[in-house]
Amino acid sequence: MQLTNRKVVVSNKEQSFAERLYLPAIAKGMIITASHLFKKPPTINYPEVKRPIAPVYRGQHVLKRDENGAERCTSCGMCAVACPAEAITMTSGERKKGEEHLYREEKYAATYEIDMLRCIFCGLCEEACPKEAIFLTDRLVDAQFERKDFIYGKDKLVEKIDARIDVTKRQTQAVLDFKKVKGLKHNELFDANKLNKGHKH
Amino acid sequence: MIAFVIYKAIMCAAVFLICLGAAAYATLWERKFAAFLQDRKGPSRAGWGGLLQPLADGVKMFMKEEIIPNVSNRALFILGPSLFMITAVVTSAVVPWAKPVNIGGHIYDMQITDINIGVIYLLGVASIGVYGIMIGGWASNNKFALLGAVRASSQMISYEIPMGIALIALIISSGGSLSLKEIVEEQDLHYANIVCQPLGFLIFFICALAETNRAPFDLPECETELVGGYHTEYSSMKLGLFLFAEYINMFISSAVIATLYFGGYNFPFAHELYAKLGLADGSVWISLIGFGALMTKIFGFICLFMWIRWTLPRFRYDQLMNLGWKTLLPLSLFNLLLTVAIEYFRGNIHF
Repeated sequence: MQLTNRKVVVSNKEQSFAERLYLPAIAKGMIITASHLFKKPPTINYPEVKRPIAPVYRGQHVLKRDENGAERCTSCGMCAVACPAEAITMTSGERKKGEEHLYREEKYAATYEIDMLRCIFCGLCEEACPKEAIFLTDRLVDAQFERKDFIYGKDKLVEKIDARIDVTKRQTQAVLDFKKVKGLKHNELFDANKLNKGHKH
Repeated sequence: MIAFVIYKAIMCAAVFLICLGAAAYATLWERKFAAFLQDRKGPSRAGWGGLLQPLADGVKMFMKEEIIPNVSNRALFILGPSLFMITAVVTSAVVPWAKPVNIGGHIYDMQITDINIGVIYLLGVASIGVYGIMIGGWASNNKFALLGAVRASSQMISYEIPMGIALIALIISSGGSLSLKEIVEEQDLHYANIVCQPLGFLIFFICALAETNRAPFDLPECETELVGGYHTEYSSMKLGLFLFAEYINMFISSAVIATLYFGGYNFPFAHELYAKLGLADGSVWISLIGFGALMTKIFGFICLFMWIRWTLPRFRYDQLMNLGWKTLLPLSLFNLLLTVAIEYFRGNIHF
């Protein structure tokens, strides 16, 4: 009984003399490889030449300071809650008198750690942050020799006062408007008026 | 006498250094060439365009941990790579590198020694080379190494026969001398041997590929079947010697092919060029130009070796043996018969 109509008769034809000689086939193969000799390799010499990346590329995080140089993060924990990879941990501290130039509000992050091996660079922490404190930047996370070196503390995350990191490309009006939508769960605690005092767009 | 010894010592040192340098840069060129054939860039970090890569590789090889297996035969284990390396380098002794130079009335051959059985010497030393692989693989006391060694020796034996017969045909058609220098000079007077020995060249070239263990005949180190083949147990510079000697072999084979079939240091219209430049016989410049021509041919053949390696897949072992015994051997005998017949009717040989 015939089950399918996909039966194929195997062709086992005799090889011609040229085929048995193999030399024409070898020459053909060698011409193919030789033709690649004149093709431009698609290699990008990475550290010297970099592939262009999108302006909203999500790379290593930065904890922003405000215009006076005080840390914006208030250790509210929104980012840690939003983080699907559970990469963010922090402990809170209370600002003492005389530390106003260091921390913007009474509460601040005493420690703030992101495990770069857990992080999936989704950017939800940035979206969740009500204080415009955490942003993902176009910097790449460096390779390390040990796992523990991938846990980035405040020393690596907080931007240096004299070397501010530009995130204006990410902080577009559309993004700011999005954050004002009270209907969204993570914007409920968000105070638009307070933000506008700090940022004039 | 002292001048003679100094001249020979200089020749030996120069040829040795040329072989090592050429082999070192052949390793780099192999990687570069493979990269170009595969649309890559190849090593480019060490030095300008990767030019210091062979040096870095050498340092790496020397710095690596050296392991001599407890179950191996220690003396033979060390002898293996040494022998392979020695035979690879020693082959270069009979290759004429350039035209003789006339300095102050003395004529200096640009060849370490011109022995009158040069071709047989080449074949002999080439077949001793397999002892290095054989001893190394056997002394490792490892089944993969032993299999690789057995493969290497049976392959060498199989391919030496057609190679030798191809050479007999070549010698008959090129005047009957076994001295490489005379073979080259003969080609200077008439034409390159490739013209009357195209089939012989093809056979010799295929056998040279097999003798140097180059792809598609690299079954002794077939990593898909034998881990690393005969050098499975080797590490550090001993492994380096095995790998390095392969490149020396390739360089010398190219030199021998260029010498036997492509006129060595001669090239078409050489005499016209020399006359136009006003160079007398024995001039250093003639030697240098000839050396350049030989090196160009060697470079071409090394490229061909590499081109073949990065194009063709490896043979199966029965295919290898079939090709050697059932194709190349009859073909080389036919070539010999044809050559003898032609030379007989041309009146060059008499019975």
